[in-house]
Amino acid sequence: MNAATNAVRPAFLALLLGTAAIAVPAQAETIEVTIDRLAYAPAAIEAKVGDEVEWINKDALVHTATVTGGAEVLLPAKKSGRLRLQEPGSFDYICRYHPNMKGHITVRP
Amino acid sequence: MTIRLTTAAAAIALLIGGNWALAADKPTDPQIAHIAYTAGVIDIEAAKQAIATSKNKAVVEFAESMVRDHESVNKQALDLVKKLNVTPEDNGTSKALSQAAETKRSELAKLTGADFDKAYVENEVAYHKQVNGALETLLIPSAQNAELKSLLETGLKLFQGHQQHAEHIATELK
Ligand SMILES: [Cu+2]
Repeated sequence: MNAATNAVRPAFLALLLGTAAIAVPAQAETIEVTIDRLAYAPAAIEAKVGDEVEWINKDALVHTATVTGGAEVLLPAKKSGRLRLQEPGSFDYICRYHPNMKGHITVRP
Repeated sequence: MTIRLTTAAAAIALLIGGNWALAADKPTDPQIAHIAYTAGVIDIEAAKQAIATSKNKAVVEFAESMVRDHESVNKQALDLVKKLNVTPEDNGTSKALSQAAETKRSELAKLTGADFDKAYVENEVAYHKQVNGALETLLIPSAQNAELKSLLETGLKLFQGHQQHAEHIATELK
């Protein structure tokens, strides 16, 4: 997913160079986190506001990605879930059903 | 009351402990599958009792997690057993586990409210500790089939999480 996006980007930029009227928005990305055998991988990610995190749950168990006192994404068995990052900051998250699963997201402005 | 419960828990620990030791002769894969499955069923039944009895949100949610997770693992175990064409084999350890669980269940049935919650959660801590110990020292090392071993290893990780979760709730109930 990321590799494909990166490959497309130079072509995109070249096209846009001639047309000064079009503003180039900071391209939002999707950052993938895999859940396999009760662990988030990678456990820590960096992103910027507007990016999306996609958790791909490979376990046959229901998990969540839950920021204490904040957002929660429910991740059914063998399914994935997404969250758009709205604000900058540094967030610890856990699985509410398996609190020994721990992850971290750093969101740049 | 507290003393009596603690004594009972200790007695069960001894009972199960003794039988795990007996089985240490070397459980076969069909026996291991049966033990792991039985251990899951016991926790599901305990959780259903808690869901029906408890009024505490954290306890009920924990119990719902136990049903969901152990049913999922047991389904994976059954699928594996079918795929490997193995018939789970009843054995002394499975029987001892079931017997101890039945005793525990009737003990818990006499309790209500905070007394029930406390006893249920404490037993969940003790039970997962015991099952995890057995997985670590006996069942995983004895498993011959690689897929069975891998399922048990995932189970161990999952049940260690359950133990931590139960320990966390236990401190909140105090
Ligand atoms: Cu989880």
